[in-house]
Amino acid sequence: MSESEGNASTEAIHAEQIHKRFGALEVLKGVNLSARKGDVVAIIGGSGSGKSTFLRCLNCLDHPTSGSLRINGEEVRFKPDGHGDLAPASRQQIRQLRSRLAMVFQNFNLWQHRTLLENMIEAPVHVLGVPRKQAIEEGKRLLDRVGLNDKHDAYPAFLSGGQQQRAAIARALAVDPLAMLFDEPTSALDPELVGEVLKVIQSLADEGRTMILVTHEMAFARDVATRVVFFHNGVVEEEGPPSEFFSNPQSERLQKFLSNFN
Amino acid sequence: MFIAFGAFALGLVIGMFGAVGKLYGGAVAREGLELYTTIVRSVPELVLILIVYFAGADLINAVIGLFGQDPIEINGALAGIWVLGFVQGAYSTEVIRGAILAVPQGQIEAARAYGMGSFLTLRRVTLPAMLPYAIPGLSNLWLIAMKDTALLAVLGFGELTQITRQAAGATKSYFTFFLAAGCLYLIASLVSNFLARRLERRARRGIA
Ligand SMILES: Nc1ncnc2c1ncn2[C@@H]1O[C@H](COP(=O)(O)OP(=O)(O)OP(=O)(O)O)[C@@H](O)[C@H]1O
Ligand SMILES: [Mg+2]
Repeated sequence: MSESEGNASTEAIHAEQIHKRFGALEVLKGVNLSARKGDVVAIIGGSGSGKSTFLRCLNCLDHPTSGSLRINGEEVRFKPDGHGDLAPASRQQIRQLRSRLAMVFQNFNLWQHRTLLENMIEAPVHVLGVPRKQAIEEGKRLLDRVGLNDKHDAYPAFLSGGQQQRAAIARALAVDPLAMLFDEPTSALDPELVGEVLKVIQSLADEGRTMILVTHEMAFARDVATRVVFFHNGVVEEEGPPSEFFSNPQSERLQKFLSNFN
Repeated sequence: MFIAFGAFALGLVIGMFGAVGKLYGGAVAREGLELYTTIVRSVPELVLILIVYFAGADLINAVIGLFGQDPIEINGALAGIWVLGFVQGAYSTEVIRGAILAVPQGQIEAARAYGMGSFLTLRRVTLPAMLPYAIPGLSNLWLIAMKDTALLAVLGFGELTQITRQAAGATKSYFTFFLAAGCLYLIASLVSNFLARRLERRARRGIA
């Protein structure tokens, strides 16, 4: 049995040499990153180092300038988009991938004109074609799971940030994701609300969900991650298991970055 | 009222496509729509109504003439709907375009991130989310549509105003009849306002 075959069954995300430029600004300069199923990869790094951009390239919300991408063993096909970047060659494929790569945003981005339960069923029903009744049951179950038992019919704007983010996580779970992409899920929250959201994310890690998590919560990254990746200036400067990564950082830049948090 | 409603509805349809075209369309569509909204909104309505009506009638008859048919008399109500709808469409386009721009970008981004294509995003997220921002402007347009039917009287097929003039002319009691007509317009406006407010309240249910 060859090694690549062995990888294929456990690999969730494999990104190779991802470049991204916005005009003259090269934000990603060849990022390599892969995650096996069940991995929790925490991405840390300074502001502007390209963390969000990389996450958005994974589901093609931003078009990478060059590079290759494999999700769940399936190569994402690209073609030039006419602006110097790569657009997905097949809309069908990218829609399918996106619907299974659930994204959780810094600002929640729940659909404001829909109740929490309606938010839950939107993608399953209209993108994945799940029968409505089944989606509603599942949506209720997921809202209960994140502790929003009594808020099914509430509109997002009337909830606290912590509640909204928990609902957004439930919305992500509702598409039965291959992997979840978190972009600083607690950065927009009041400090006293951070804990409740981290607890939900922790529980997802415990059940073996594949996650890529951009965060500034170092203590949490150390607890929850199977691997930590340090972005600097558009490249992966250093990576490793959290124990070594935090206690024995190799590069000077990472040492300096981590010292800001102590 | 029928003309006003038809014109308003036609205006809405034009406005919907116009706004989407202006925001997401190609360069040609954008320029064309810009020309349309700019011209229609800067020329006085009465002038526009006359131009569109007579130019439209000529055009239709010219086309018909090509096929060797006799010129036709244009149906008043239908012409009114087309003429006013064309004017309303320009205003609707701007109202809806502004409302779409007021929708937080994150809502649309979330739709894309969950695999919705552009049409689905428009139907399930952008359009319903822009409603609360569009309803005040659109209800104004509806009031204008109602009152503009009075202008159609100059083409000889107004609704209320035209009938009022005939009635007043026949009985010579101008003041009574025009006062009555004014009251009818007022009542229609008040009812419309009431309905618009309820619609708006419903559309805003998700806004804190
Ligand atoms: N759409 C865009 N157009 C132009 N420049 C952009 C765009 N998106 C991001 N950038 C630039 O790319 C760089 C990296 O941005 P990115 O959001 O990926 O950083 P980040 O690591 O997520 O930072 P932060 O911790 O502040 O969220 C920044 O300099 C930003 O200004
Ligand atoms: Mg960011």
